[in-house]
Amino acid sequence: MQNDLLYIGIFMLIALFIPGIAIVIAGVLGPKRPAPIKNAAYECGIETVGETWVQFKAQYYIYALIFLVFDVETIFLYPWAIAYNAVGIWAVLEAVLFIFILAGGLGYAWRKGALEWQ
Amino acid sequence: MNSFLTDPIGFLILWFYSVLRGWNLPEDLVVLIAFVVGAFTLATLSLLLVVFLIWVERKIGGRVQDRLGPNRVGPFGLIQPVADMLKIFTKEFITPDGADKVAYNLGPILAVGAVIMIWAVVPFGITLYGSNLNVGILYIIAVGGIGTLGIIMAGWGSNNKFALLGAFRAVAQLLSYEVPMVVSLLIPVMFAGSMGLNEIVRAQTVPFIVLAPIAALIFFISSIAENGRAPFDLLEAESEIVAGFNVEYSGLKFGFFFVGDFLHAFTIALLFSVLFLGGWNGPGADSMPILGFVYLMIKTSLMYFLGLLIRFTLPRFRIDQMLALNWKLLVPLSLVTVSLTAIVDKLAMNNIWVRVIVLLLVNLIIWLSLQEIMERVYRSRPPRRTVNYPRLKPEADEPVVQPETPAA
Repeated sequence: MQNDLLYIGIFMLIALFIPGIAIVIAGVLGPKRPAPIKNAAYECGIETVGETWVQFKAQYYIYALIFLVFDVETIFLYPWAIAYNAVGIWAVLEAVLFIFILAGGLGYAWRKGALEWQ
Repeated sequence: MNSFLTDPIGFLILWFYSVLRGWNLPEDLVVLIAFVVGAFTLATLSLLLVVFLIWVERKIGGRVQDRLGPNRVGPFGLIQPVADMLKIFTKEFITPDGADKVAYNLGPILAVGAVIMIWAVVPFGITLYGSNLNVGILYIIAVGGIGTLGIIMAGWGSNNKFALLGAFRAVAQLLSYEVPMVVSLLIPVMFAGSMGLNEIVRAQTVPFIVLAPIAALIFFISSIAENGRAPFDLLEAESEIVAGFNVEYSGLKFGFFFVGDFLHAFTIALLFSVLFLGGWNGPGADSMPILGFVYLMIKTSLMYFLGLLIRFTLPRFRIDQMLALNWKLLVPLSLVTVSLTAIVDKLAMNNIWVRVIVLLLVNLIIWLSLQEIMERVYRSRPPRRTVNYPRLKPEADEPVVQPETPAA
């Protein structure tokens, strides 16, 4: 197990290292001639107006919140799924009850109109 | 019992270990060196594969759309991606004014790195895997989140409103589709009783796609969406937000988003084969690991080809359609499928054929009731507003009405 995690750690570092080093090499190989017009933000030839990092639709937050609820709660289902072959029918029914509570949350969000794109 | 003919790569690995041990190094150091070399080889191979995948994708894409595809550089245009790569390596990096440098430069690296990281746990054969991590599936989901982060960073760091819009869409899409994917992945874990990918493959005496076709379908759709390809390519919609999150990138930084994209398309085919199509299972794979590798590659190529066909055939969703498909169809469907499969599989006797028949029946029932519900929903909707366009040509059986000529 420790060896597995060691391998994963090494692999993750290498997976980030290879693209990183490739970009550095490409940066050395390529020309470097910055110019004000070249560096301007690309907006189809029109000069950009105002701040870029503007406020954005609250809708995105709502989806992110629903996602958070689901993702955190499905993580709780994984230990159950691993033990699935070992547990009896009641444990399965309890997990299904848990899934139904999740579905209830989804139904609530649906009913409240959080899933409508406005 | 490894011999060079039945398991060449496992043989090489053992040989490498024996060479390292022959130098009288401490055992920890041997393992460390072997891991670094192994990880480096696997990551490099996955990136080299991209060179080939670019050719495959452009060629098949060309054929699907009735074009020739690359056919000038080398036989069948095989050297074309190499030429493209050389060109992109020598291009200038244009950094837009006011960009958030850290996020801007980290974006493409994370986008590629996250996809390569998945390869660490994929079992290519009985002996042929990077690491048999016992939480493999959780690891894949977690690493997938890093890829999303890369895209968001790229869009946010570019100091461009179109890029920011692409990043917003990425948040909405990539996060949303992770939910049905995670839920549908519960089913293979449930059947195998483990999150290790090698155990999941070993448990598939009958491929899980037979036991859970709907879960497989949900996984396939949501992983295409995670990949951000047509019909789910809203985050890089050229015609709506010029190019989305990668509009301010140039040179290799731009290229790396597409390296990540191409590699991800192959990786989801690989994962689908491992999780639902039986991975390296096949006749004779136990005694000849290299055969298992061949089986896995055949299955993966089929799924990859299917993904390409979908990509080059279907038009893009609108953002509300994309979100509705996820939250109003795939998420409830996956929750229902998981609960019904869990209950029924528990009730079914441990006989494999009983399980197959009963589970197929359950999936069929879910599918039919889904169709019924969908039909009712569509019938209850207000009829679409029709627009009477002026007809250019009268239909055949329609009397041609002559405009009245004013009397002279």
